[in-house]
Amino acid sequence: MLLEMRSITKEFPSVKALDKVSFNLSQGECHALVGENGAGKSTLMKILSGVYPFGSYDGEILIDGKLKKFFNVRDAEDSGIAIIFQELSLVKGLSVAENIFLGRIPSNFGIVRYSDLRRKASALLQELHLDLDPEMIVRDLSIGKQQIIEIAKALSKNARILVLDEPTSALTESEVESLFEVIRKLKSRGVGLIYISHKLEEVFLISDRITVLRDGETVATKSSKDFTKEEVIACMVGRRIETVFPEVQRKLKEEVLRVESFTVYDYYNKKVVDSVSFSVRKGEVLGIAGLVGAGRSELLMGIFGAWQGRTEGNVFLEGGKIQIKSPIDAIKAGIGFVTEDRKRYGLIIEKTIQENMTLASLKNFSRNLLIDKLKEFSTVSDLMKLLRIKAQLPSVKVSTLSGGNQQKVVLGKWLLTKPKVLFLDEPTRGIDVAAKQEFYLRINELAEQGLAIVLVSSELPEILGLSDRILVMHEGKAMAEFTRKDATPEKIMIAATGYERKT
Amino acid sequence: MKEKLEKISLRAYTMLAILVLLWLFFHWQTEGIFLTPRNLSNLMLQTSVTGILAVGMLMVIAAGQIDLSVGSVLGLAGGLAAIALTHWEFGVIGSIVLTLMICMLIGALHGFLTAYFSIPAFIVTLGGLLAWRGAIKGLSQGETIPVSDPTFKAIGQANLPENIGWIIAIIAIAILVFINFQRAATSRTVLKILLLSSLVVIFTFVMNLANGIPIPVLLFLTASLFGLFITDMTVFGRYLYAIGGNREAARLSGINTKLNIVIVYIILGALTGLAAIIFTARQASASPDAGVLKELEAIAACVIGGASLVGGRGTVLGACLGALIMATLDNGMSLLNIRDYVQELIKGTILVLAVGIDMAGRKES
Repeated sequence: MLLEMRSITKEFPSVKALDKVSFNLSQGECHALVGENGAGKSTLMKILSGVYPFGSYDGEILIDGKLKKFFNVRDAEDSGIAIIFQELSLVKGLSVAENIFLGRIPSNFGIVRYSDLRRKASALLQELHLDLDPEMIVRDLSIGKQQIIEIAKALSKNARILVLDEPTSALTESEVESLFEVIRKLKSRGVGLIYISHKLEEVFLISDRITVLRDGETVATKSSKDFTKEEVIACMVGRRIETVFPEVQRKLKEEVLRVESFTVYDYYNKKVVDSVSFSVRKGEVLGIAGLVGAGRSELLMGIFGAWQGRTEGNVFLEGGKIQIKSPIDAIKAGIGFVTEDRKRYGLIIEKTIQENMTLASLKNFSRNLLIDKLKEFSTVSDLMKLLRIKAQLPSVKVSTLSGGNQQKVVLGKWLLTKPKVLFLDEPTRGIDVAAKQEFYLRINELAEQGLAIVLVSSELPEILGLSDRILVMHEGKAMAEFTRKDATPEKIMIAATGYERKT
Repeated sequence: MKEKLEKISLRAYTMLAILVLLWLFFHWQTEGIFLTPRNLSNLMLQTSVTGILAVGMLMVIAAGQIDLSVGSVLGLAGGLAAIALTHWEFGVIGSIVLTLMICMLIGALHGFLTAYFSIPAFIVTLGGLLAWRGAIKGLSQGETIPVSDPTFKAIGQANLPENIGWIIAIIAIAILVFINFQRAATSRTVLKILLLSSLVVIFTFVMNLANGIPIPVLLFLTASLFGLFITDMTVFGRYLYAIGGNREAARLSGINTKLNIVIVYIILGALTGLAAIIFTARQASASPDAGVLKELEAIAACVIGGASLVGGRGTVLGACLGALIMATLDNGMSLLNIRDYVQELIKGTILVLAVGIDMAGRKES
């Protein structure tokens, strides 16, 4: 056995990320690792690659039957482990050869021996049957080629265990095919591959075995031949203990927001959202489910006028067509947006609760451009009580708050704009269970008060527990729509992994 | 949380303490010359030009931007004022208005290029640093332009009569009371008002012991009050810190980040114009080299005063204190006849040291 990971357990302060997970890999095997977002795949790989050092977890790692202790990434690399992340780590301005041998460029007294560099790079590329000039600048190559260069780089370091994390998410079909070609070549050379992907079709195409993780536990490990897609999905979703979601009977009123065939293009003019339509009514929660990279955040950003790129489509608010060119227009129209990654997009972390909360509605707290601090203070104090933000004063810096309280500050900021529609993008990511529970109560209250809510979440129980209707997206397209009654985790997962809707 | 609050004021108190220590040190070393009314008046006068620039620079830095061109713009503006006054016969008011207008236009241009064309502020204003210096050299044909108009010169050289000084002091105290009672009146605010009022009284008294409050100093104090007002009380000021603190979050909160950046450069332009007028009036001439390295002094004042070049942090009060500390070093070391090159070495070291200590303190917290 090339690699054995035995009963790996990893705990974080608030959550057990891995619970006695075992995983193994033979020479020349491609072993797929699948599971929902947050199932523990990346935690397991971080342990394998030394990001979480020996001692911070329980369990053992054996390579060729020998016990290994990785104290850092370097140790893991020395044992032949390499990870190719979704975000490539190439220096774009350097050549292919320079990237492959970065840190180990052949030189005499600091002067690069270019002929050697070129020869070594050519040899390596030829071995992989790649028709590439080693002197090409990486920036000028397609993402697919760049990924293969990253693999070549790992091989040049004598990697024997190669982890590919969502390798095809940014690739075109022909690029996927050439990647698979490389993978097959590597297998024949005896390299072991761990293939992490949401795309089950690819998983079945390329892997020899499949391991399913759910909530930090190994659910199943089987040969790909003995597995069906339906079984894998059933394993991924499983029967879980549902978080207690308050049972509510919502009264749905008139339609507030309607979006028609909305398309969002990325920097390379690729469609990241492809002609998605939906509508939300007053007092309704519309859940948008999907796996990472399905284009859900991009859809919300696009509608909100915050996407820095081309968008197409029609947006109607309360029956009237509106043009949203910037967040300023969106806020004026009555749309609020609790963005994902609160530290990056939501908060001015160095500033106080008060300054953050009124940021999007400061005009309502001012006369002749002067801030009415008394009014600001009292409104924020009241809202802090209403949202149960645990801090003594509005003048407390948000950097000192817990994740759950920070998120409530962001929510408060948008409530102060008096929105008709509220977008929530991964609102409970990185906050603890109790805080999540409380956040759900607030969302229900807001819906009850007649707010229309669009909720994007990668946590299925959250989507199922809160939404009246659920829209499922896959690779930018709306795949299916379910009512609360009809929705099951299996149905959502089938749509989210890209199988056509069964009619 | 309480510790955090105390830490902020701690930084301000540390700066004040350093200033007082420096004053006492120089007083002792100069054998009693430093802390005389005459020298203090002189010190304030030396602070005023850099101080005015620092107030504007602070707002630009708070928004996460930078302006390297203020020294050159100051030179150009001073030259324009002198030419408008002596050659074009615009009159005193006309020349002042023209100077301020052109400085604001230059600011708008810098802001526009960086905000709307995404050229880094560093590059835009580095270009400005070169180009505007070239402009004044061309305009003046390399010659120093003398100014003889007594009214104009008064802006840089005159002092307020004693009683007018006191009237202004009383108005200042009244404004202080008024502003502070806009907020909740606690025993702390009362204490703050008493403290600030006594500072105003002592300041006016000392200045009157010399020749009365110098006009440039009055203008500097007005500019810093204006800066305090903008940063602390207006929507625009709040937006500046939000843009500097997290530009993406500010944009998503519906703030017109680009427009606000243009406006802050216009404000810095206007303050640079004011500084240029004072500088020219004080020298009674406009030299094509006027204002060289002033941008770096203004940035240094902000940084010593606790501003962060990443944006989102810093106060007008800190920047003014920073300017005062820099002027204190200049004044004190000149009184001690320390040679120029040694002065520069010391000032450079202190700048790096101040930020180094600040960063070390921040890491701990």
